[in-house]
Amino acid sequence: MGNVLLVAEHQHGKLPKTTLIGLTAAKVIAEKTGGSCIAVVLAESTDALAAELTGYGVDVVAVDGPAFATYLADAYANAVCEIVKQKDVEVVVATSTALGKDLLPRVAARLDAGMVPDISDVESATTYKRPMWAGNLIATVEVAGSPRVVSVRGTAFDAAAKGGSGSVEKASVGAGETKMKFVEFAETKSDRPALTDASIVCSGGRGLKNGENFQTVLEPLCDALGAAMGASRAAVDAGFVPNDLQVGQTGKVVAPTLYIAVGISGAIQHLAGMKDSKVIVAINKDEEAPIFQVADYGLVADLFKAVPELTDEVKKLKSA
Amino acid sequence: MKILVTVKRVPDPESTLKIAPDGASFVRDNVKWVVNPFDEIAVEEGLRIKDKVAGSEVVLVSIGEKAAQEQLRTGLAMGADRAVLVLADTDLDPLGVARVLQKVVETEQADLVVMGKQAVDDDSNCAGQMLAELLGWPQATFASAVTLADDQKSAKVTREVDGGLETIEVPLPAIVTADLRLNEPRYASLPGIMKARKKELKEIPVADLGVDLTPRVKTTKLETPPARQAGRKVESVAELVKVLHDEAKVI
Repeated sequence: MGNVLLVAEHQHGKLPKTTLIGLTAAKVIAEKTGGSCIAVVLAESTDALAAELTGYGVDVVAVDGPAFATYLADAYANAVCEIVKQKDVEVVVATSTALGKDLLPRVAARLDAGMVPDISDVESATTYKRPMWAGNLIATVEVAGSPRVVSVRGTAFDAAAKGGSGSVEKASVGAGETKMKFVEFAETKSDRPALTDASIVCSGGRGLKNGENFQTVLEPLCDALGAAMGASRAAVDAGFVPNDLQVGQTGKVVAPTLYIAVGISGAIQHLAGMKDSKVIVAINKDEEAPIFQVADYGLVADLFKAVPELTDEVKKLKSA
Repeated sequence: MKILVTVKRVPDPESTLKIAPDGASFVRDNVKWVVNPFDEIAVEEGLRIKDKVAGSEVVLVSIGEKAAQEQLRTGLAMGADRAVLVLADTDLDPLGVARVLQKVVETEQADLVVMGKQAVDDDSNCAGQMLAELLGWPQATFASAVTLADDQKSAKVTREVDGGLETIEVPLPAIVTADLRLNEPRYASLPGIMKARKKELKEIPVADLGVDLTPRVKTTKLETPPARQAGRKVESVAELVKVLHDEAKVI
């Protein structure tokens, strides 16, 4: 009857979709353990975030303090582990974002707990499914002992819907002895939606040839569709775009309603990051490219002609 | 400065794995084995730090079957000084890996541990963070740049996080895990390969470390996910827009 604790990540004072996906998974796991689902939020001041979270029908433990103004693994791990002990927590959950991936293994080690990273399904309170080998194998994994730690694949659950209510309890736990120091965050400025939030994603690959073409060819299509921009590892490796845009096994995992792959051959490791998308479109001049094997609609064409044309057609459609 | 770098033997990421008859592991025969690509980046970073800090030593560590010698020799050929292979017949879970590494780090008294951010076989992305906690060290994961302070007592590390690049400062000793853009790993030169054959490669049976290796996490089944069916080709941009609008109803 142990409780399930979600570490609720926030950005710019808001709860991103990834957090709401983690909340859904945490609630599913709580049904299996028979305990309650609790969310912990850590920030300099948590009031607004805690209030927003309760609107999703979850009790909130709020950890306030200047030590939590920016995320640092050792400080967060210390506070989260204290809450785990205070709240009779059986399973600790967070979404596999950069923060979740950084934090949870540290939490697991401190709790001497088994950890299952990146779960895609919950079979029982101790049995989970997770993709490995770039999503080409699905493993069923059993984890022993209590507490246990799981991180949640960001595409595997729906975002929790608003509804219900919950309590807010202020916890007095500290950051402990922290060795890490935050220096700065250079944010990628963009008016487009975040990759993991977007319902449409347009990604470019090596076929775009250089970084400038991402701006002049792919960006207008993204803007016409209101889409997020992504990239293949090959494009990142070649230095065309920042790694932040990488979709794939070692980058971000996305499952939008529409995924348009432009000039992407479709290496295994790229497919791992997008093959759960609802509709996949591939535009590539090589008709043998493996991307066509997963695409619902394939267009064999020179992207430098097809993409501007597509951009114009989309604009026409939107203004009609 | 002593820099410890982890090297994992993994199947070539381009290969296709077959599920073994037990249904819970994959067929290991006829598989091409390579150094985990992120570990190659970690080795390169270790070597670059060694080049900057006189008197440094780069020590490689691997855990696994005897054949992992091959991957350690690859790292030695790139320029690492010596290697340690912890012999273990069974697969360890990430916490087991971290416990073994903790012993090696303590014995070696390393000042810095550089690891790949994840191994491309099980995609766990856990061992580095767990090792940092077990040692009580700071962690700088997903690194795209590492700058050591002049006194080598701390490092500034730029991290690839959601929405941008974060820079943190950590005192040494510390764990750094390498992301894709940290560097471009060098190829081993022919003289490097020749020299690597003579470099020290010490084997330690895992039992000698006295670590509790009882796995917390056990894979009970492996399966192939349902394959996505290929759709159809469209002839023109106009047709593409039409099907996306009328048929798929996604724009």
